[in-house]
Amino acid sequence: MHDVSHATHHGPPTTFIRKHIFSTDHKVIGKQYYALALVAAFFGMFLSWIMRIHLAWTNAAIPGAQLLSSNGAPGGVITPEFYLQLMTMHGTIMVFFVLTTAPFAAFGNFFLPIQVGAEDMPFPRFNMMSFWVTFLAFLVLVASFVVGDGPTLGGWTQYAPLSAVGAASGPGQGTGAVLWAASIGLFCIGQLLGALNFISTTLDMRTKGMSLMRLPLSAWAWFITSCIGLTAFAVLLPACVLLILDHVAGTSFFIPSGLVINDKMLPHSGGSTLLWQHLFWFFGHPEVYIAIVPAMGIVSHILVTNMRKPMLSHRVLIYCMMGIGFLSYVVYGHHMFVSGMNPFSALVFSFPTLVITIPATIIVLIWLGSLYGSRLRINAASLFALGFISMFISGGVSGFFLAQPSLDILLHATYFVVGHFHMVMGVAAMFGIFAGTYFWFPKMTGRMMNETLGKIHFWMSFVGAYALFMPFHYLGLAANIRRYQAFTDDYLQKLIPVHQFVTVAALFTGLAQIIFLYNLIHSRFWGAKASENPWEATSLEWSTDSPPAWNNFNGKHIVVYHDPYQYGVQGSMGDYVMQTSPEQVATPGDEK
Amino acid sequence: MAKFVAVTIFVIAIASAYPIIGNSWFTAAPQDISTHGYLIDHQMKDTMIEAGVAFLASQILLAWFIWSFGNHTTKDKLGYFPGGAKAMVIAGFLLVGTEVLALGVFGTKAWASVYFQPPAADALPIQVQAGQFAFYFRYPGPDGKFGPLHADLINEGNQNYFGLDTTNDADSKDDIVAAEMAIPVNKEIHLLMHSKDLGHSFFVPELRVQQDFVPGLDLSLHFTATKVGKYEIVCTQLCGLGHYNMKAYLEVMSQSDYDSWLKQQAALQ
Amino acid sequence: MATTIHEPPKIDLTQAPISTSGGGGGFAAAGGDLKLLSTYSPPPATTAVWVGIAAITMSFIAFTSALIVRKGGAPDWKHLVLPPILYWNTAVLLASSFTLEGARKQVGAYMRGATAAKSAFWLHATLGLGLLFVAGQYLAWLQLRAQGLYVATSPNSSFFYVFTVIHALHVLGGLLGLGYVIRRFHAGVLRKSTLDATSHYWHFMDVLWLYLLFVLWSKI
Repeated sequence: MHDVSHATHHGPPTTFIRKHIFSTDHKVIGKQYYALALVAAFFGMFLSWIMRIHLAWTNAAIPGAQLLSSNGAPGGVITPEFYLQLMTMHGTIMVFFVLTTAPFAAFGNFFLPIQVGAEDMPFPRFNMMSFWVTFLAFLVLVASFVVGDGPTLGGWTQYAPLSAVGAASGPGQGTGAVLWAASIGLFCIGQLLGALNFISTTLDMRTKGMSLMRLPLSAWAWFITSCIGLTAFAVLLPACVLLILDHVAGTSFFIPSGLVINDKMLPHSGGSTLLWQHLFWFFGHPEVYIAIVPAMGIVSHILVTNMRKPMLSHRVLIYCMMGIGFLSYVVYGHHMFVSGMNPFSALVFSFPTLVITIPATIIVLIWLGSLYGSRLRINAASLFALGFISMFISGGVSGFFLAQPSLDILLHATYFVVGHFHMVMGVAAMFGIFAGTYFWFPKMTGRMMNETLGKIHFWMSFVGAYALFMPFHYLGLAANIRRYQAFTDDYLQKLIPVHQFVTVAALFTGLAQIIFLYNLIHSRFWGAKASENPWEATSLEWSTDSPPAWNNFNGKHIVVYHDPYQYGVQGSMGDYVMQTSPEQVATPGDEK
Repeated sequence: MAKFVAVTIFVIAIASAYPIIGNSWFTAAPQDISTHGYLIDHQMKDTMIEAGVAFLASQILLAWFIWSFGNHTTKDKLGYFPGGAKAMVIAGFLLVGTEVLALGVFGTKAWASVYFQPPAADALPIQVQAGQFAFYFRYPGPDGKFGPLHADLINEGNQNYFGLDTTNDADSKDDIVAAEMAIPVNKEIHLLMHSKDLGHSFFVPELRVQQDFVPGLDLSLHFTATKVGKYEIVCTQLCGLGHYNMKAYLEVMSQSDYDSWLKQQAALQ
Repeated sequence: MATTIHEPPKIDLTQAPISTSGGGGGFAAAGGDLKLLSTYSPPPATTAVWVGIAAITMSFIAFTSALIVRKGGAPDWKHLVLPPILYWNTAVLLASSFTLEGARKQVGAYMRGATAAKSAFWLHATLGLGLLFVAGQYLAWLQLRAQGLYVATSPNSSFFYVFTVIHALHVLGGLLGLGYVIRRFHAGVLRKSTLDATSHYWHFMDVLWLYLLFVLWSKI
């Protein structure tokens, strides 16, 4: 431990630009990331509404759609290529700019330094660069809507050769595909700069008394996630570089010889399409854990506060999250069971994919076991945290099926897969973001969010999300193929009514998010004033102002005396003792 | 409100599981017309049961605990789950460990039946070519040999989908190219897969086979159909704007019907 | 709990020199006391540079795997003759590591107060050699172009350019870091951990180059 109270040598920023635009303050950067994720989420959700309406009523004109793209939606009817372009952008925006950005970059930037007791991250200028590079990446991606023939249509997975051969393979595959690769490459750089700060903060900036085991579960989750991100993004970046070269420099990294499109033979030769899949999924699988692990940490943190009782074991949760992090690298081939790779490899990847269920199960069991005998408080934050557990179970269980190559023969590229990943990412991780928002909004803004609206948001989202995504599993079992803009196959006709039901559920769930947005904006300006510790919580962020001063603790020398979850004890302030409080109380298993 | 949450979770859990347990029309897998499919279906049923039990048990536990401990206050005594974290770790390893063994180890049999057995020596070879946005099929003809492919000769306008040089390649002269795939029932087929341009995939749900086409790689599948009928081959690997419409019909016929069909196709070349 | 200060404040060269053994000394810095070691955290610059080195290593592993797959995947692999200037550039880069070590000793002695002369000669020499290396790499690319080998000419040339260009970009990054170190030294606010971290990065550029040279020589 070392004395970090003088880490920041400068005074607080004074100009508007320094305070709100080009700020090196991790709290401002965290809020900037949150704002970016919010805009991205609503844009991505809007795209999904158009997709869902089109799938349910394929030949119908969607009023106003022609404003989005005159040749993509002539007269309001979505063309097949425009559907795929919407789908690609929906996936890319949601996975990168929402699920990696909000739970990790937004909340992590704001709260990690505070939770370790530091005044800021050790490299504030790199941190600022990290946000602006990510923001630039978003602009580059969205720019593809207004160039040439629109965004790329190859899915967020951008399999070669479709993604590499250029405009010959379809609309958006020229400039759109290059913009996609450039955007994602920039995103990788932004995240690598962020990981640098997160790791150094956790390891080097902890205040006196804050041992690693005394870090809250959210801090551990951010730390583990940044370690995963470090290696994952470092592999995606080279892949994007090689893909861009295939487009603009005529190389053939991913394009084999002898390909013929429109009766014209392509000039490329020798490349490997499977190489893209290996590089992409080596990143892609850890990426989904980057999306879920912070949510696990945030949900654990919120649950403990609202259960008024520590987890059954703080250490086991940490080790399980670490275990998931390690295993995430050796399972990626389960995305490639029927890809044409050596069938023996399928078995090799299947085994760890099944084994990764073990730490995930232990985590769920510990959550359940900790709920037992607790004094569970119900509020918007805890509702979303509990909802997360239910959603994570649902999404995780479908993983049992997809982990087996023999079942993948039936389920690969069907709606079963779409149901699985939407449950865990599109719902569970989102619930983690919502829980974090309701919990931390008072600290970030100094105002409380409206509880009633929060509860309405929960109920509508919980029921709506189940109605929306559970049927996807049934559709998949009935062999409904994904990434189809319309269902023309004979055997799919009878499933169209299910799609129509799902679309209604999607719009209902979307409505709930608008209620959330209203609550967010209204509370920001007119919410009830928040105290320093409205939740009677123990970790360091609750021992400072709401919102915290520019240097987090007003220059106070923070000393930590306890593990982070001293609840259910006879404290001087109630049934809890804060980490910064020197009072000694009888507690079960104080972590040193 | 805690009790409402608990009831909702319970109802959703039951409602989610019901369509599968009740084997509804929209959850049933397409009928199995293959010789190896029963292994996959058996595996699916086992997984369904294990996943279903895990799903229901955990959701019901969650609901029960929210019901029991929701809105407890400091007046209620704190309880600790018997066994604590240690019990959870052991339960996790035991429950999932056995599941992993059951599904993983026994599941290899189903996978092996598709991939680890070579095709029979007398399997009927058929080549399928996938390209934006259609499948074409090639039969070797009476000489039993496929002529070589020349990518530079591909010309869709002239219906030379495979790029065959029937003038100079003797083996190509009797090759039969068709837009649909007809096969005799109960005869093993050796399907040679070739991609003209991009990644595609070959999927016939009833046959329990799905395999990507990889440009530059020569992959193959083998299977035997056991029931006469007309089925759909669908592309499952995103290949561009026509992906949703990229399909072909698989006609499983009696041997005599197949022979007539082949003669008809040969006459059309 | 000891209040060991591991990140020494910026060196105020107008005052008596402060012990710098706390910055990155590991076991020794913890005073040889194992118990203190468990509470010891390194200066952020050290952690950060190892994080960066880990990420860059992963990227080059990814590029290497692309190379291996490409080499084995098609019969059009034609070995390149490496432009001889590459070997001169290697010598220049290795020399720059030696000058950097010289700089560390020189600056370290000044920080400890062992010498009075505030000289950044070896730092400037390293910067100069680094620039020379990048210029030499540029010449290598020109030489390849003169042979008609551009980035898309053959898979071998593709990988040659990819490896050497990306490495050179990272070397330029290292040069920016060196520039930062020189600026702070002259302003009298250089931290030892910053200098150490920059040197770790620079030596890594060396080691990485030796690896890449071997790959280019043996495989490309």
